[in-house]
Amino acid sequence: MSRIHDMGGRFGDGLIPEKDDSQVWQAKALATTLACGALGAWNIDAGRHAREALVPRDYARFSDYEKWVSALADLLVTRGVLTVEDLVRARQLALGETQPAAPARLCDTALRAADVLASQRKVVPYTRAGGLVALFRGGDRVRAASYNPNQRKPGGHTRLPAYAMGRIGTVKLYHDSHVLPDSNAQLHGAGPVAERS
Amino acid sequence: MPHDHHDHDHPHSLLPSDPELRVRALESILVEKSLVDPAALNALIDTYENKIGPRNGARVVARAWADAEFKAQRFADGTETIARMGVHGRQSKHMVAVENTPDQHNMVVCTLCNCYPWATLGIPPNWYKSDAYRSRAVREPRAVLDEFGVALLPDQKVRVWDSTAEVRYLVLPMRPTGTEGWSAEALADLVSRNSMIGTALATPPGDAP
Repeated sequence: MSRIHDMGGRFGDGLIPEKDDSQVWQAKALATTLACGALGAWNIDAGRHAREALVPRDYARFSDYEKWVSALADLLVTRGVLTVEDLVRARQLALGETQPAAPARLCDTALRAADVLASQRKVVPYTRAGGLVALFRGGDRVRAASYNPNQRKPGGHTRLPAYAMGRIGTVKLYHDSHVLPDSNAQLHGAGPVAERS
Repeated sequence: MPHDHHDHDHPHSLLPSDPELRVRALESILVEKSLVDPAALNALIDTYENKIGPRNGARVVARAWADAEFKAQRFADGTETIARMGVHGRQSKHMVAVENTPDQHNMVVCTLCNCYPWATLGIPPNWYKSDAYRSRAVREPRAVLDEFGVALLPDQKVRVWDSTAEVRYLVLPMRPTGTEGWSAEALADLVSRNSMIGTALATPPGDAP
């Protein structure tokens, strides 16, 4: 296991909780995350990686939307959309220790209310162009890599779960050539990048 | 409120620890800096509360039950077929429909995060995102199904689909008996959210809402 998020097959979690305790702040966390995604400062794989990169103690004790909003704060700062000083002020605003200033004209990349439904119904393909040739086909016997295959960053993002690492299996479906999350999450582009010495 | 820890890699620790205040803090600063439009936040909430939800998927399933030609096309290309019904959205480009049969029951999980077919089912329920579902669905799917009250047929195999970053799976439950000649609209009432994840069967006609 490279990170705490990779929990498929883990023992000890007990019964699956039934309740759906939807609360206003959770809807706000979702909406704020989507609205910030529209700013274009990162991609969906980087967003997932930011949640996985929470320290294990936080990841384990945070509810899902706490993970979302905490990873969002980290991304906003690491991608330069907000500064650490902005987060200090954000805390003061939330606690009522200071009053908000009137916002200036909405920035050009911000999601407009009128565009929301269209933005959420927009179909974005993850297909990678470039005449790639598939190495395997449906029915082929394959063995999954026995390690986290992210070669750019130890412990970095990958979609190979630990329970499948090193296992022999059969290709059931060929889904096409998609964006490689391992490199996309590190903002190194959609395809694999050769190691530089 | 004292901060739990300060870490330059984790700026979120600067925010209040209470989740409600944490969201309010981010929202306040983003609005103040003209990066987020409060009206857009309300529109996003309205979209996923009222416009994009499991009814979209139920319409697709009901159509597949009622229309053999549609069903055949759907399995050739799930994406194109649901798009023609006006069902499309985030991560809907690479949709795969997996059909339950007397030989095989299908269920969907995302062990690594919460990948879920938003276009057809809306936002995921809390149980789908729980540690217990994510860890156990791939290790003991039959025990999980038993916990959800799903009675499998004798000799029915279980196939678990662990979502990739891009592909979204939609379970096509088996059509309940006693629904011959029903309209697609009436059939859709039998298709619960959980039946399209694989943690329920379609609702028998007598129990329809």
